[in-house]
Amino acid sequence: MSNLSIESRSLCKRYGNLVAVDGLSFEVGAGEVLGFLGPNGAGKSTTMKMLTGFLAPTSGTALVNGHDIVDDSLAARRCMGYLPEGAPSYGEMTVRKFLEFIARARGFNGKAAIKAAGAAIERLNLDRVPEQTVETLSKGFKRRVGLAQAIIHNPSVLILDEPTDGLDPNQKHEVRHLIRDMASEKIIVISTHLLEEVDALCNRAMIISDGRLLVDDTPQGLIARSRYHDAITLVVEQPEKAASVLSELSQARKVELREGELTVFPADGCKLFEVISDTVRQHDWQVSELRLEAGRLDEVFRQVTQGEVS
Amino acid sequence: MATFAGPISNVMRRELTGYFSTPVAWVFIVIFLVMAGVFTFYIGSFYERGIADLEPFFQFHPWLYLFLVPAIGMRLWAEERRSGTVELLLTLPLTTWQAVAGKFLAAWFFVGTALLLTFPIWVTVNYLGQPDNGVILSGYLGSWLMAGGFLAIASCMSALTRNQVVAFILSLVVCFGFMLSGLPMVMNLFSGWAPQALLDTIANFSFLAHFADISRGVIDLRDLVYFALVITLWLMANTIVLELKKAD
Repeated sequence: MSNLSIESRSLCKRYGNLVAVDGLSFEVGAGEVLGFLGPNGAGKSTTMKMLTGFLAPTSGTALVNGHDIVDDSLAARRCMGYLPEGAPSYGEMTVRKFLEFIARARGFNGKAAIKAAGAAIERLNLDRVPEQTVETLSKGFKRRVGLAQAIIHNPSVLILDEPTDGLDPNQKHEVRHLIRDMASEKIIVISTHLLEEVDALCNRAMIISDGRLLVDDTPQGLIARSRYHDAITLVVEQPEKAASVLSELSQARKVELREGELTVFPADGCKLFEVISDTVRQHDWQVSELRLEAGRLDEVFRQVTQGEVS
Repeated sequence: MATFAGPISNVMRRELTGYFSTPVAWVFIVIFLVMAGVFTFYIGSFYERGIADLEPFFQFHPWLYLFLVPAIGMRLWAEERRSGTVELLLTLPLTTWQAVAGKFLAAWFFVGTALLLTFPIWVTVNYLGQPDNGVILSGYLGSWLMAGGFLAIASCMSALTRNQVVAFILSLVVCFGFMLSGLPMVMNLFSGWAPQALLDTIANFSFLAHFADISRGVIDLRDLVYFALVITLWLMANTIVLELKKAD
């Protein structure tokens, strides 16, 4: 197998006048779990559909493990596993028959296909339902069937379009656990509009909006872009008085009071925690809560995709 | 060859299991058999004619297919698109053409099965007299080929929409046009202003004319080529339509 990589070269998709994906270029390497983030209609799904060979790009191309998705689509598809949005599958088939069909389509023959389907059933904990038809399954099980078909040939590249959308918290946890388990020896690309998911799963995040790549960073790097990053929030008895005292501090850039919570933003490069706890002690304030903010992803997301600074 | 035919037969097998795991297949077969019987014995006056052949049986097949084949074909792609499985199918390592061929062949074999299940009528006619079984065999072949032509049209129409009812009506209209293109009511629309070459072409498009030859026991290479071409061209159109429309 050639080296593990996805290389997108100014990928474009236009529908008439609408530009869905606008010159997207990026590279992904082994061990990376890349999260596509973006508002609905940003072009995340379209990008994935082009990578997996469902849609032909209007211009540009991408290489998956060195195979061109336009000129050598079948070779590129062979090394990918894909979970389309909503995890579609043939509802009238049983789980086992469906997975055997996928296994044969993925190049397993006869007994090997049966074995591959069995292994996928075990891996995704579908042992309770293999003889049930897919349409009778709950949403969580259906999603697992979708994941099972995506990993049945142990692909080196996994493309998952909103893998946890519509699942309950336990199911989300389970699916994330599964994805993390596979991450080390693969490339995994997931799309999501759940910010917590990026934090929980990915080691790299790309924010896409209007088909353009806006930010390409680690989740930690994204959080650090938040104006809340390293800010201190406290709840005190006399917030107005405390606010005026804290705004005098040289380390504080700004103090905000919102719904009884006082947030102090640090000046560039300053650490606030010690200074503030000293100040609290000096004035003997009654503090019921004091926390260091890591940053707020949703705020970064809004800021990047709408240019909004609240 | 195995790498080309393998995916086709895999898609075909999946489709066929799909047919028989829903009531569609059984409903189709029962209706097909009942209608074939009604047409042959009542409208076709099978007994009263006193001739040991299956002409009254085969002559109604075009009309039977006109309604029943679009009913089988309408779900082929419309259903895949509505449920989103088209995205799953067409990102597997197989070409669009292989997927189209696999699904078409499954439906065609299915119609073939229904056709074979009419064998009691063949037994009956052999019990009552001494028919020319060569002609009957040729009739079955012609009927199956014609069903393939209808089905290729229905498959292509089904790729145009995600609504099965729309697919059904479109197929019905196009099949009807193809069936009747040689008859006077259609030809009168063109004669008088269209050149003779065009008139001949249109007349040659007719399913009925080509089917009539084969069902009389005359297996002419031209008729076989005609049906093979009709099927291939409509399936190619199907592939193109699918490539164009799968995005929306």
